[in-house]
Amino acid sequence: MAGILEKLGNMDRRIIFVLIALSVIIPVTTHLTFPNPVGAEPSRDMYEYVDALPSGCDVLLSFDYGPSTMPELHPMAIALATHLLRKDINVVCMALWPEGASLGQEVMSGVADSLGKAQYEDWCNLGYKTGGGIMIVRLGSSMKAVFPTDRDNLPWEEIPMLENISDLTDFDLIITLSAGDPGVPAWVMMGGDRFGVPVGGGCTAVSAPQYYTYLQTGQMVGLLGGLKGAADYETLVGITGGSAIEGMAPQSIAHLVIMGFIILGNIAYFSQKKKEGRG
Amino acid sequence: MRLILPLSITFITGVIMVLHFFVPHQPIKLLGDNLQDWYLIVASAAIFLGALNLMHVHVRKIKLKLKNWKYSPVTIAGFMVMFITGLIYGVTEARPFDFMFMNMVAPMGSTMFSLLAFFVASAAFRAFRASNWRATLLLTSAFIVMLGQVPIGAMIWDKIPLAKVWLMTFPNTAGQRAVMIGAAMGVVSTSLRMIFGIERSYLGGTD
Repeated sequence: MAGILEKLGNMDRRIIFVLIALSVIIPVTTHLTFPNPVGAEPSRDMYEYVDALPSGCDVLLSFDYGPSTMPELHPMAIALATHLLRKDINVVCMALWPEGASLGQEVMSGVADSLGKAQYEDWCNLGYKTGGGIMIVRLGSSMKAVFPTDRDNLPWEEIPMLENISDLTDFDLIITLSAGDPGVPAWVMMGGDRFGVPVGGGCTAVSAPQYYTYLQTGQMVGLLGGLKGAADYETLVGITGGSAIEGMAPQSIAHLVIMGFIILGNIAYFSQKKKEGRG
Repeated sequence: MRLILPLSITFITGVIMVLHFFVPHQPIKLLGDNLQDWYLIVASAAIFLGALNLMHVHVRKIKLKLKNWKYSPVTIAGFMVMFITGLIYGVTEARPFDFMFMNMVAPMGSTMFSLLAFFVASAAFRAFRASNWRATLLLTSAFIVMLGQVPIGAMIWDKIPLAKVWLMTFPNTAGQRAVMIGAAMGVVSTSLRMIFGIERSYLGGTD
């Protein structure tokens, strides 16, 4: 028994890699799904805030992420865009990350096409600008000064839906989908605290604990944390077959496998400790 | 002069930006807005500088056959292909640049990030030990959050997601806030030291 436990403690990490791969591959290939109940979580707060917005209001949607965090943040973006456009809310997109402009375009054009919404009337994409927090402060005095044209070089004056927008305070809500810096903290500090515009958003699961501080103080109206946050939003919006809901089964199994490894590692550790005590 | 000029610029711009936060009137507003525009221009120029630096580093690596130089031609080729394609066809939707970004860059980026799961599992197996009561507390909290973060947690016991939200809202927030307040105070004090010329390391070299 002691020999087995010792072997267990020195397990080849390739075995761990194979088991983790299988814990993802098997649920994906067998289309395993789990029900996703949404409790009193920040994702519900986010949904309820957006749902209470009146039709025709303006929301700024900032795509502050790159391809590496797409699996977590892209489903959120799709669910949020679907909710906003279904409610006839004007969506102005931009990006604090260079890759975010292309990812935002992909999300918005896909969702808008499926809902019969038109670019420049129901949504537009201003693209990427460098500067992070400083750029957000500048948006607070003039949006046009930062974005004289949109992503496709169409002048600001020629975009009908931007007629009533001059600065950040003209928005009813800022939503940031953030994978790091610049992202949620910059929007909360500049957009929310300085200019008084409500801020909500989504982030990777690993950075969600950091942003819970903004929820308790009311600096954020809601937060979608990781793939679970995206799955919650898909469930609340009523998106069937969304990639986040589908991702919940592999993630559940992978979490159980990781927990199993931690327990095994601890059994081996205590067995070794006991053996050393005897020696 | 080499010292006084940058210190004066830092002092003047720093004071204007502090005033800009509290005084939303002219002429402070105009000065603050202009400085922000300058910052955006300088930051944009820094992107070109970054691109040039990338090329310089990798060309040098190839020339001198430094360690792992064989990866450098791939980096240069990838950079040049994206750069030239973007320059010729533009970066708008359904153009070659966009096609390559969505079908090559995006999947490769996601793949690299997903490798983390394997290393996290391996590291957790080797390092996550209940060696004392504090580590045990951390381990228990981690288990609750891991289960609460996936639907299977609610299937095991419907109170697990509630326990996760409590852990994240109270103990986690208390710790995170302490870190954030400490960091913010550090930023404020360092900024003041820079504005008043006490902290000069950003100038490079010695006094």
